[in-house]
Amino acid sequence: MTRTAHGLGDAVSITPAALAASRLSFARDGRLVIDGVDVDLPVGSFGAAIGPNGAGKSTLLQLLVGTLPVDSGAVLFDGADLLALRRRDRARMVALSEQHGDGDTGLRVNDVVMLGRTPHIGRWASEGPSDRQVVADALSAVGMSAFADRPFDTLSGGERQRVQLARALAQQPRLLLLDEPTNHLDVRAQLSLLSLVRAQTAAGITAVAALHDLNIAAAYADAVIVLSDGKVVAAGPAASVLTGELIGDVYGVRADVLRHPRTGRPLIAFDTT
Amino acid sequence: MTATTAPSATTGQAPPPRRGIRHVPTGVWVVILSAVLLLSIVFAVTLGPADIRPTEVWGSILGHLGLDPTALGGDVLSPLRDGIVWELRMPRVLTAAAVGAGLALSGTVMQAITRNPLADPYLLGLSAGASLGAVAVILLGVGLLLPIAAFAGALTALLATLLLAGAAGTLTPTRTVLAGLAVSAFFGALTSLVIFWSATGDTYREILSWLLGSLSGAGWPAVAISVGALLVVGMPLMLTGRTLDAFAFGDNAASALGIGVNSARWLLLTATALLTGAMVAVSGSIGFVGLILPHAVRLVAGQRNRVVLPLSALAGAIFLIWIDTGARTLFDPRELPVGILTAVVGAPVFALLLLRARRIR
Repeated sequence: MTRTAHGLGDAVSITPAALAASRLSFARDGRLVIDGVDVDLPVGSFGAAIGPNGAGKSTLLQLLVGTLPVDSGAVLFDGADLLALRRRDRARMVALSEQHGDGDTGLRVNDVVMLGRTPHIGRWASEGPSDRQVVADALSAVGMSAFADRPFDTLSGGERQRVQLARALAQQPRLLLLDEPTNHLDVRAQLSLLSLVRAQTAAGITAVAALHDLNIAAAYADAVIVLSDGKVVAAGPAASVLTGELIGDVYGVRADVLRHPRTGRPLIAFDTT
Repeated sequence: MTATTAPSATTGQAPPPRRGIRHVPTGVWVVILSAVLLLSIVFAVTLGPADIRPTEVWGSILGHLGLDPTALGGDVLSPLRDGIVWELRMPRVLTAAAVGAGLALSGTVMQAITRNPLADPYLLGLSAGASLGAVAVILLGVGLLLPIAAFAGALTALLATLLLAGAAGTLTPTRTVLAGLAVSAFFGALTSLVIFWSATGDTYREILSWLLGSLSGAGWPAVAISVGALLVVGMPLMLTGRTLDAFAFGDNAASALGIGVNSARWLLLTATALLTGAMVAVSGSIGFVGLILPHAVRLVAGQRNRVVLPLSALAGAIFLIWIDTGARTLFDPRELPVGILTAVVGAPVFALLLLRARRIR
């Protein structure tokens, strides 16, 4: 970011944004799916991308991790141009954890997490003790050490999601992207997964999750990015962004935003009358 | 709040399968199977109308390597018996080994990269394409071009299958198999048409043994082609296990792990087409080896492709040596096309796999 001397009004951001995506655009079949999206998140924060189905949440994550090519725009992370990096180098900085409800593999949990070491291990080399240690640490970070030898496809949804998180952590990323990590999970599994993500952001990883559940986003995210039709309609701390008016505009439902009695965070009560 | 109580109640649908076997290190498997392969080569050569002792086979090998047979425990053979060993049986057994290894490797790679447990050179149309190329070349009387024509046919069929399967979106397992069926049927029909219009007595026999898969004509040139393809294409493929594993959760996940998905897919599939083309060129189209051997290996050694690739190659080699030995000795003096036997053995195994594998949807 270059700042001109007379732009004193903006010069307040002393800590540079860790993740700074600017003017991202992506068209699919001639339709703009992502239309000039900016994302700014400080180091170690947890951002939630929310919005209705088809708003572009998943696509945004794909653009950030580089699995879809942007039509225009740039993604900077701590000043490094992520999209200009070689794929392999990028995979050491950015990890993506997706939904894998089908889990169509007989790989053991340990092997699945070891996949996260792919960008770190030479193409013709095999994993070393340090890789095995990283995998063991990642499994223990998500509380799945006891499952290391289990075939992945025998796990429950919540367990699979935690293993996918461990696989992403084994990449030792600085930016962690999660695509609807809590879908199809029961409440306890949802809360436990997001606590694990919070623990990672507390340790300095920057995380962005596409989330459906507004209350989950409000409870866990430092910043909320609201997408609608591929555009950012609001962004900022959950408490200031999530208003009844915004939810009405974006989702077309009526809602009251209350204060959580224990955490003080926004609590969204939908009008179901 | 760290919810780390081991939640076992929700996860008990299948017991962890046979931990003990799976924890045998890969190196041990490789050593065991390599030893079995070497013994299989020697003993398969002893079997046939003329009785040959293992020590004679050993002696013949040593003699042709320029070593003194008697010093290393081998027998000295008469020129006639040496001819049976070295000119008739040895090249055939070595070709069977190379073809078995090559087909099993191709199957493993295709299953991993299309995420389809049913993928193999036969089902995806490669064998049909290679057969069409080979039959056309036989009928045109330019047999020297056979490997090239077989490869071109295999590659064309593979391209047709993948383009057809991917035309309306993503390459799903079901679409890939259905596209492979369509391509196989079409190339098979073209082959029949070509045979119908132009084959005469002699070429007809040659073509038939070809379509059914046979190693009966395999001499040292066949060894050169099949073992050469195995060394040049198969060996590098054996080292791609980590890349193949990265596809376990789909293209997107592989890409996010730093794999160049499109280039990797085309490179690996072209390599399998090359390998299959070479194998089909020397043996005709032999089914089921590429399909069942990788699955059999996975049952005992787990799913990691780094392990499955070399073990499939070894198991495929051993399997085809013995199947071919059966094909030439079981109904002596008549010889079965080996493809019939692989199908007789393979189809029921395949049915068993379908019955017990919950992963095949």
